[in-house]
This record gives sequence, C-alpha cells and structure tokens, in this order.
Amino acid sequence: MIRLREVRVERGGKPVLQGVNAGFGAGRLTVVVGPNGAGKSTLLDVAAGLLKPSAGRVELDGADISSLSLKELARRRAYLPQSPRVDWAISVERVVALGLTSRLPAFGALPAVWRPRIDSALERLDLLHLRERPATQLSGGELARVMLARATVGEPEILIVDEPTAGLDPRHALDAGRRLRALADAGCTVVVALHDLDLALRIADEAVAMKDGHVAAEGPAEDIFTDDVMAALYDVPARVRRDSDGASIRFLG
Amino acid sequence: MNRWLIPLLLLALLLLSAISLLAGTIWLSPAETLAALLNPGPDLIELAITEVRLPRLVLALLVGGILGLSGAVLQGLLRNPLAEPGLLGVSSGASLGAVIALYYGFAAGFTLATPLFALLGALSTISIALLLSRSGGTLSLILAGVAVSTIASAGVSLALNLAPNPFAAYEIMTWLMGSLSDRSWEHVALAAPFILLGGLLLLLTAPALDALTLGERQAESLGVDLGRTRLLALFGTALGVGAATAVTGAIVFVGLVAPHLVRPLVRHQPGAVLVPAGLVGAIIVLAADIATRLLRVGPEIKLGVFISVIGAPFFLWLVLHLRKTSP
Repeated sequence: MIRLREVRVERGGKPVLQGVNAGFGAGRLTVVVGPNGAGKSTLLDVAAGLLKPSAGRVELDGADISSLSLKELARRRAYLPQSPRVDWAISVERVVALGLTSRLPAFGALPAVWRPRIDSALERLDLLHLRERPATQLSGGELARVMLARATVGEPEILIVDEPTAGLDPRHALDAGRRLRALADAGCTVVVALHDLDLALRIADEAVAMKDGHVAAEGPAEDIFTDDVMAALYDVPARVRRDSDGASIRFLG
Repeated sequence: MNRWLIPLLLLALLLLSAISLLAGTIWLSPAETLAALLNPGPDLIELAITEVRLPRLVLALLVGGILGLSGAVLQGLLRNPLAEPGLLGVSSGASLGAVIALYYGFAAGFTLATPLFALLGALSTISIALLLSRSGGTLSLILAGVAVSTIASAGVSLALNLAPNPFAAYEIMTWLMGSLSDRSWEHVALAAPFILLGGLLLLLTAPALDALTLGERQAESLGVDLGRTRLLALFGTALGVGAATAVTGAIVFVGLVAPHLVRPLVRHQPGAVLVPAGLVGAIIVLAADIATRLLRVGPEIKLGVFISVIGAPFFLWLVLHLRKTSP
C-alpha cells in the first residue's frame, strides 16, 4: 500500500504537483489519467520513491519511503518509465535478469538459484523463443513484453508503469493491459499512467484524475469515468458508453 | 568464447611481454634475459633488462590497461560508444599541467615535476567538469568535459605560442606526442599507486553499468546509486588516466578502441567489457611500443603518434559502422 500525503513537487521554482493526496492499495489496479502536462509522470516518480517531494510525504505500508535504502526499495517495487529502451545489444535474457540487480552479488555470473525465476518470467510473457535475441532487435510489442518481464521477474509488491501502451498497436496494447490486470489479481499493487482511456476503463479498479498538478478526482473507476468528470478533466464534452462490448469514451469536440 | 576470452588475452599479453624484454636495438636471447631477471647484476645486459626494459614493460601494461578500462567504463556510464577518457578533459588537463611544469622550468630542477603537475592538472579538470555538471545529467557532464578540455588545450597552445625559446617548445611538443622511452622505476613508482587505485574504483562500477543499459531512470529504480557510480567512474578515470598521461604523455584512441574490440565477444554486456577491455588496452600499447622500437626508419616514431596513425582509420571505420547499425 502506497500513500501520498500533501505532496508538493517543484521544478525550477514552479509547482508541478500541489497538495496531492492519493492511495494505491494492494491487489488493486489504479490508473492515473489526465491531460498532457497534468503531472502524471511526476506523480508516478514520487510514488516510486525516485523523486523526493519538496513537501509532504510518501508512505510505503506506513513507513516513510525515503527511510528505505535504494536496494530495499528496488526489491519491493518495480518501475517502468515511458518508452523504455535498451542501449547495448544485450540478450533478452540479460535484460530480464537486470530486474534482479538489487539481489545479485556485485561480481560474477548469475547465481543458479535465480535461473528458474528468469525462466518463468520469460515463459509468462511468451519470450522463451526470444531469449538469445539482442534486445535492440525487437519490435515494439516484443520490447514491451521484455520490459514487463524485467519489471516482474523479482515478483515485486508494487509495480508502477508509465504509459505502457504508447506506440503499441491495439492487439499489443490489449495484451499489455491484460497482463497488468493479471498481476493486480495476483495481489500486486499496480499503478499505471494511461492516455488510452478505453483501455483504462477496461482494466482499472481505481482511478486518479490529474489536472494542472492537482488531483481533480479520485475513487473507484466507475465513479471517475463519467461524462461530467471526463468533460471537466479534458475540457471537451464527453460521453461514456457502456454496452455489450464493454465501455468506451467518446469526446465530442 | 566467453570462458576462454580472458585466458587467451592473458596469454597474448604474456607473449608480448616476453618479446618486449627481448626486442630492441640490442636483441637478447631468452636465456640471457631470464638470467638477468633471476639474478640481477651490474653488467650492461642485466642493467638494460632490469633498469630499462622492465620498467618500460610495466608502464606499458599499466598505462594500456587503465586506458582500456576507463574507456569501457565511460562508454558504459555515458551510454555513448564514442566516449573515451579524453572526452572529459582528463588528457588535456594532464597535458596542460605537464606543459606548465616544462614551461616554467620546474621540470629542469626536478625530474618528476612534469608527471606531478600533469596529475594535478587531470584532477583539476575533472573536478571542474564535475562541479559544472552537478545538477545536470549525462549530457551536461559531456558538455562540461568538452568545455574544460577545450580551455586546457587552449592553454597548451598558448604555452607553445609564447615559449621562451625553441628548445622549450620542442620539449613540450615531444612530451605531447606520448612515449615510453627513457622511463625508469621512479616513473613506475609515481604512477602505479594512482593507476591501481583508479582501476579499482573503475571496476566497482561494473554492476551499475549493466543496469544503466536500460537508461538512468530504470537503473535508479533498480537500486543503482547514480551519483556514487558517476563519482567512482570520474575519479577512477582522473586518478588512473591522469597518472598514466602524467608519465607517458598523451596517448589517445586506446580508450576508445579497446572496448569496441571486445564488446561483441562478451555479448555487449557493459559490466563484462571492463576487464577484457583493460587487457586489450595493455596489448595495444605494448604491441605499439614494440613496433616503435623495431620500426626504425629515421628518427624514433613516438608511441602516441604511432597509435594515432593506426587508430584514426579505425575511428573512421567505427563511425561508418555505427551509422549502419544504430537505429
């Protein structure tokens, strides 16, 4: 369980987050939505303990997140930034193994005890046939799966993901959404910033709507994805339609 | 391949070391060399081995090793295949320090003044670069390094321009070309502690470099202390390469080239590149030093010049190759 209390973040003297209160519970998938520049990525960075707020505090199961060591934090929460990339042509298997960095000895080869974890992460994300492929030669959908395998190989309590579907086609975006949903169902705290609101509607338990560095609305997804909240959030008239195919949002500009 | 890489490189290094002791203006037989090593005495051959060729060999190994290692660390840290120790101003800072020592005549009074000033110059430039880029990321570090490096090079040019007599200018030029000739155990004693300490600091960055493959944000989220990694890499480079440049003069390209030669052999893993890149760096410098001793067509070709002449075409190939393979 992560809780943000009265969090304020400034960049170059200007506030990018102000008076933010939010909670992310275990076994729940929370989507963070809002227009560009609303502070979604900053909120995720703060919740991940990667950015220290200038005021307020972030708690992980009641303890101040800044009291945890970098390694301890890395063991408990995984974080995926927007459009992750791999800079050297290391193998897919190596990328996934990097997810265990905080648990590995500083020198030497990968200890045998971690092999099964890596194998099962590769299998879970259908990557077994790609394990020797250089990670720089993957398609967008494959890379997204590799990154998800990297993030989940250590079986973190908390997974924070920024825009996992950016640049993915509908099939791969749905696939990524399903996999995040499955992680939450298995008990993980999942926090996802999403621009794809239809996907958000499909997978979210809870939603946090951000606007201009504030939390505009927070609560169960069905209370946030309504005509009025969406219209106020994006300043465009909106209709949320629910039918036999699921729900979708249409903006009437 | 992976398992045999380091033993094979060590074997090559051992063979070259043997040749380095035997080869030169006077060729020695293995028996003479071995006898001199085991039982050093005052006769000419024994002195040539223990006081001339052995310190030169040790310096070649140390200098080449630290150049290759630091190139590998900087390429991993900056995630830039064109990074090398010179990029951050270490080499030009050391050159400026040495030039100051030569210009003001400190070097004439005290032989080790040149290397000591060079070491100070290297440490100062990297500290300034680090201070200038304190709040920024990798790019601001590179830019600060380039800026400081340019200022130091301007100082060197100014000293050459204002040199009080042709001899001073000649001395500066000769030092800038980089060489291992006429180096003694005193030079080894001065440089070795700094090179070994710098090498140790650089090796400690290996796990962080692996994680940095995924970018700074992900590396941080994986528990990597970026600030600590940057300090280790920069001060390791300043101490090690600073001390190396201090005793040999400027030797470029080794730090750039050595990591590229071994990278495909360790499957591109940045942390695994370090040790083999150090060994390959030592092999390059040692082989080049042997070559400069054997290729006598007129005046001696300086080691730094020889490596540049061989290294520059490789650099060109690298640029073309990277353009083809990078996305």
